[in-house]
Amino acid sequence: MALSDYCLLERLKTSQTNCGDPQHIFMPPFPQATPFISRRTSRFGPPNHVLTVQRPFPLSHGTTTLGFIFQGGVIAAADTRASAGGLVACPAVHKITPIHSHLVVTSSGSGADCMLWERILIREIRLYELRHKRRLSIRASAKLLSCMLHPFKGTDVCVALTLGPRVIYVCSDGARLQGDIISVGSGSPYAYGVLDGGLSWSLSKEEAISLAREAVFRATHRDAYSGNNVDLFHIDAQVQQVKQCKYVRSQRLRD
Amino acid sequence: MEYLIGIQGPDYVLVAADNVAASSIIQMKHDYDKMFKLSEKILLLCVGEAGDTVQFAEYIQKNVQLYKMRNGYELSPSAAANFTRKNLADYLRSRTPYHVNLLLAGHDESDGPGLFYMDYMASLAKAPFAAHGYGAFLTLSILDRYYRPGRSRETLSIENNSVRLIDKDGIHDMEKITLTAK
Repeated sequence: MALSDYCLLERLKTSQTNCGDPQHIFMPPFPQATPFISRRTSRFGPPNHVLTVQRPFPLSHGTTTLGFIFQGGVIAAADTRASAGGLVACPAVHKITPIHSHLVVTSSGSGADCMLWERILIREIRLYELRHKRRLSIRASAKLLSCMLHPFKGTDVCVALTLGPRVIYVCSDGARLQGDIISVGSGSPYAYGVLDGGLSWSLSKEEAISLAREAVFRATHRDAYSGNNVDLFHIDAQVQQVKQCKYVRSQRLRD
Repeated sequence: MEYLIGIQGPDYVLVAADNVAASSIIQMKHDYDKMFKLSEKILLLCVGEAGDTVQFAEYIQKNVQLYKMRNGYELSPSAAANFTRKNLADYLRSRTPYHVNLLLAGHDESDGPGLFYMDYMASLAKAPFAAHGYGAFLTLSILDRYYRPGRSRETLSIENNSVRLIDKDGIHDMEKITLTAK
């Protein structure tokens, strides 16, 4: 880089998107602005992800939410801290919302956007059920939310749907992935570490609950933007709220 | 980084794609299928920006199927490739361009097998072999060196994750090849 600075060479720009497209390096300079930047400028400036420290990777949702499936159903867990830059805006926020008798939504990203889209999704699912006299399937709900979010690619909403016997991740930049373990947010790498180590299909309900609680607790321990309590939901045939407002601070660190 | 490769033989096209769906540093899925079946003998492989890939590929997929419903016969691979390129070009200078890189592989009764390379700038090229992604830098030189047009299908060896082969009988899944740590 010293030689390039000496030669006053402009630092080569590479694409920031997921694909890290190498062709951007060799792209000839356009007279007008590159066509793919225009979408990114329409951010609504959500407070949750204003960072004071430069991160090495673009994870910018100040939360830890996770969902996984096992033989007894689905577990959804999340922390309860709402952060705005360096401020803990609210220590008791509900990031998991039941939106139907069998569906639960965990949210991360901009709090206002998530609340809005949850309500829109609830409305659309109920309208579908009234019009067609049958329940909208889980994957169809995820696809509906993904298609509704597609025109709004600038907003910073990231919704991890955990539903019925499936865990589906829907993001405001259009991703829609179905998986067995999904964790979203700035604390998600720490949660993944605990989950990948301890998860198996044959867990009992109590073991799965304690694993989810442990994963969120470890993430809140390490991540500054996650903390306070842990919300846990277990979904079987219906949504059952398992434990709410479990004080994470009183847990002893297990060796 | 997502990777696609396609190789055309005398009577078949072999395509392969990696199976990882990643979000920055986290691998969210290990078994993500990037291939979209446009018709019995056409496959579309799509990589690029997270939501654009699925939205664009499904849009093309539904339109190709609609053509078949309306007209009673399927689009040829060349026609499907040109239709895809036209859509990419139309959206390129709009406010919402699609940032996707594509390989379209198909088998036509009259033209034989065909592999079409398209990228996010709406370029289109019919090629005997093509690849997208960082892996392309490595494999294209190998293919330049060793590719011969008449290579029979038994002598191919590719190490990749999800492999499909298209010939006059349609699309066949080949076994998923995974690299195991020794």
